[in-house]
Amino acid sequence: MKQFVSFIKKEFLHILRDPRTLMILMAMPLVQLIIFGYAITTEINNSPMAVLDENKGVESLALIEQFSKSTYFNLVSTPNNIAETEEAFQRGQIKLALIITPSFGNDFLNGNIPQVQVLCDATEPNEANTVSKYAQQIIMQYQTRVHNNIEMPFMIHTNIRMLYNPQLKGAYNFVPGIMGLILMLICAMMTSISIVREKEQGTMEVLLVSPIKPIFIIFSKAIPYFVIALADVIGILLLSYFLLDVPIVGSIVSILFLSILFIISALALGMLISSVTSSQQAAMLISGVGLMLPTMMLSGLIFPIENMPLPLQVISNIIPAKWFIIAIKDVMIKGLPLFAIWEECLILAAMSIVLLTASLKRFKNRL
Amino acid sequence: MNIVIQTENLSKYFGDFLAVDNISFEVAKGEIFGFLGANGAGKTTAMRMLCGLLSPSSGKGIVAGFDISKQANDVKKNIGYMSQKFSLYEDLTVKENLRLFGGIYAMRVKDIQSKTLKVCKDLDLNYAKDLLVGSLPLGVKQKLSFATAIFHHPQIVFLDEPTGGVDPVARRKFWEMIYQASQQGITAFVTTHYMDEAEYCQRVSIMVDGRIEALDTPNNLRKALDAQNMDEVFHALARKAQRS
Repeated sequence: MKQFVSFIKKEFLHILRDPRTLMILMAMPLVQLIIFGYAITTEINNSPMAVLDENKGVESLALIEQFSKSTYFNLVSTPNNIAETEEAFQRGQIKLALIITPSFGNDFLNGNIPQVQVLCDATEPNEANTVSKYAQQIIMQYQTRVHNNIEMPFMIHTNIRMLYNPQLKGAYNFVPGIMGLILMLICAMMTSISIVREKEQGTMEVLLVSPIKPIFIIFSKAIPYFVIALADVIGILLLSYFLLDVPIVGSIVSILFLSILFIISALALGMLISSVTSSQQAAMLISGVGLMLPTMMLSGLIFPIENMPLPLQVISNIIPAKWFIIAIKDVMIKGLPLFAIWEECLILAAMSIVLLTASLKRFKNRL
Repeated sequence: MNIVIQTENLSKYFGDFLAVDNISFEVAKGEIFGFLGANGAGKTTAMRMLCGLLSPSSGKGIVAGFDISKQANDVKKNIGYMSQKFSLYEDLTVKENLRLFGGIYAMRVKDIQSKTLKVCKDLDLNYAKDLLVGSLPLGVKQKLSFATAIFHHPQIVFLDEPTGGVDPVARRKFWEMIYQASQQGITAFVTTHYMDEAEYCQRVSIMVDGRIEALDTPNNLRKALDAQNMDEVFHALARKAQRS
């Protein structure tokens, strides 16, 4: 036991004396939260737009006014014909054009269906999608205003409620995602690097000749990162609660339990990586490309898993972060109790056990 | 005479490859024993078996009174080890390194403290106690590395090419430390590529193709092979190697 304690002390000293490690462990979560929280936002405001008004009537002016009042759009040009509109697109001046047909005003009076056309610059598909939806919304608003005093034969009133995230804030999605990413980074990458470093420096040999058991060497490497990862979880939760206004609906105990489970699986992954590599660069590459990338791409953090082609969906199942993100959202945002996510917990636990056994076995075989 | 290392027909196979072929020898307490051989002769494998890192394929070995295949952990408690790679933690101070290794060998805190003071005094390192090991010159590091390897007063210290990369003066000083340790009853088991160092050993074994080709005092070896120095002895024997 005494051996173990002096060992853990040493690991903490390694971390504290290496500014780069310390930076990754402490500054990274903060920076990522701020980048995702403030810089990367899926909301689009002040999109430059053009209006080609071929009607020039009271009705069309009212519609244009509706658009220019909105914070989503910024009316930057009023071309005279379709050629000029296209030119504006080509020069990148506008993201969306509204074309009002010549008969727009008359159609209202004659009982025909008035028509407008919305053109979007779809070189950025997501943005085009979002701005076209905004445009539709504005046109709908205009329509209800016009119809205010006209009795419609029948109308279905759709009542939409956004559950768990009424303001449709991106933070509700990315805070759990970042937790997954950061924990994976700290636990898997840093642990594997710190173990491989000892191999590279030759100190591992001396440790192996000492009476300390290999399993202790490995565990004492993991414990400091476990502690730091847990501190990061708490830090992220505090920051997102106070800075990004993400509510923590579920119980803290469940969140911490789930995090610990995920941390263990990530640590086990790090140990496995360290047992198959012998240089720090290789460890970094494997955990960087082999772990971080799939975690970013396939965990559901950025791209919805349901939209992926089947093979990728299948692969996503072996990514621990996927299960963690699903479960932590359920607990943190929806406030579900722990037994509601037993499946995810079981999967994470099973993954940890498999990875731990594999890495310990490999570690033993190398002696 | 007190025997601390004893092997009988010790062999190690890696698959079909016979790395160590039936070696039998004894080393006495306090002896400085040179373990020589060309690269690939099986030195490292033999040494790893003696340190309890590898289990032998066949044969028997007793180190510090314990069986190397059955009581590897007891063997490890009673030996020290220093490798060719400098193997202290560069980002820890002299004191922290000593404390760590004292802790690993389960020494008492009081003993660690008093021994640390003694080591620093003996090595003239009082000024450097709280300096990071990484900032010390190589010769000093090497001496410190040896002091760390015998910090827990093991029965045997295994030195795997300990003087690689240091100048002759520092090497000479290093060997003085080995002699001192030997006078305190610590057996030194040394592998080296420097033949002048082989002369410093009390007895020398030369491995060729996994077998021990010769084992005697440097003086007797020279006489037997009618050689001027250990260098010639070594070459005369190593020439017989079949495998490369």
